[in-house]
Amino acid sequence: MNQKHRYLATVVLLAAGGTAIASATSLFSRKAAVDDAKSEVKIDNFTFAPGEITVAKGTTVNWVNRDDIPHTVVSDDKTTFKSKPLDTDDKFSYTFGKEGTYTYFCSIHPKMTAKVVVK
Amino acid sequence: MTRGKDEILFDHNHDGVDRRGFLKCMAWAGTGAFCVMKGGVLNSYSLSRIADLAPAQMKGELSFAQISDSHMGFNKPANTDVAGTLQAAVDKINALPTAPEFLLHTGDISHLAKPEEFDNVEQILRSAKSKDVFYVPGEHDVVGDDGKGYLERYGKRSKGSGWYSFDKKGVHFVGLVNVMNLKAGGLGSLGADQLEWLEDDVKPLSASTPIVLFAHIPLWSVYPEWGWGTEDSAAALGYLKKFGSVTVLNGHIHQTMQRVEGNVTFHTAASTAFPQPEPGKAESPGPMKVPAEQLRSLLGITDVNVVHGKEALAIVDSKLG
Repeated sequence: MNQKHRYLATVVLLAAGGTAIASATSLFSRKAAVDDAKSEVKIDNFTFAPGEITVAKGTTVNWVNRDDIPHTVVSDDKTTFKSKPLDTDDKFSYTFGKEGTYTYFCSIHPKMTAKVVVK
Repeated sequence: MTRGKDEILFDHNHDGVDRRGFLKCMAWAGTGAFCVMKGGVLNSYSLSRIADLAPAQMKGELSFAQISDSHMGFNKPANTDVAGTLQAAVDKINALPTAPEFLLHTGDISHLAKPEEFDNVEQILRSAKSKDVFYVPGEHDVVGDDGKGYLERYGKRSKGSGWYSFDKKGVHFVGLVNVMNLKAGGLGSLGADQLEWLEDDVKPLSASTPIVLFAHIPLWSVYPEWGWGTEDSAAALGYLKKFGSVTVLNGHIHQTMQRVEGNVTFHTAASTAFPQPEPGKAESPGPMKVPAEQLRSLLGITDVNVVHGKEALAIVDSKLG
């Protein structure tokens, strides 16, 4: 390998390394964004969306009511978590400290049901 | 779809409906039902068509008015003036040739069970010539505090979570509560305690006593997919089998419906605040936003719901008793 070739190889290696670092960073930030989106539940049109989410232990799940009718977020046992009536654009959050499957509903419109799976 | 007679056919100004026509057209808003007991059978007429009734149709042993779902506090585009439309309902009641004996409010008085919302409704209803008002709660009236505020205000003559009965001119009225302790995925619910009370309440009555049950959520299966029904209503109606005339008055679904099953006639009243879609005709039971240009079709919808296609919301043939 002459001088010129060695130089080129170094450039290629550096470039490859740079790309790898850049990719890792963007993967990381993309994953964080996905986790944030995953821990938000939108209430609209008499529906919790998504109807089922899976989060890591310790995650805070945020609900926001985008409907023009008030709703609540109440665990099926009515004690684990229970929001106040959420009018349009009101928010509620709960931090899930234990693993398990948490089914919940709107106590005003009990046909509205959904769940949070904590792993 | 039939053309409603309240429609202005030649309006050179805008949308075909003048203000008077608008208020009359809003069968969904500012409306209620005029109920008259005649020969032990209850007839219920939409207040928006009351002008078309013959005086004889409005006379009976007892009359009262039903209003429902005033949702005081609601201020979204479907109706930004729920106080105004409730007042319109009261005005219609006050315009009746004979003042009804009393008013029945079948729940969702308030939108979020706030004291000021209840206050506003009471203030508007104070302008009614009929001074006595009987309430049952809707799910919006008990939200956030499990009905504590509602009971403090209206529960003085009631038992349990707010149920009670009273007699007027030989008619036995029963106000039931089916909006408490709702379970995930479930329907309206009366619960064992209330059912037991109801059984005891009607036991001593003679079979010829006309019975009027009123509750917020329909006591028949209107559309369970949207929660429009009560899980244990069959048990309640089971206690009323011996009676010749049973009428059930409900709200909750923001539209008028009528059904006859054996000795029982079911009616739902429209909301004084905003309309909701017909069962299953929309993705969800959310408020129908009704721009002025759609009032015609809405009026048509109302016509469809009117029994016999005429002015009477529901005429029950006198085959009972």
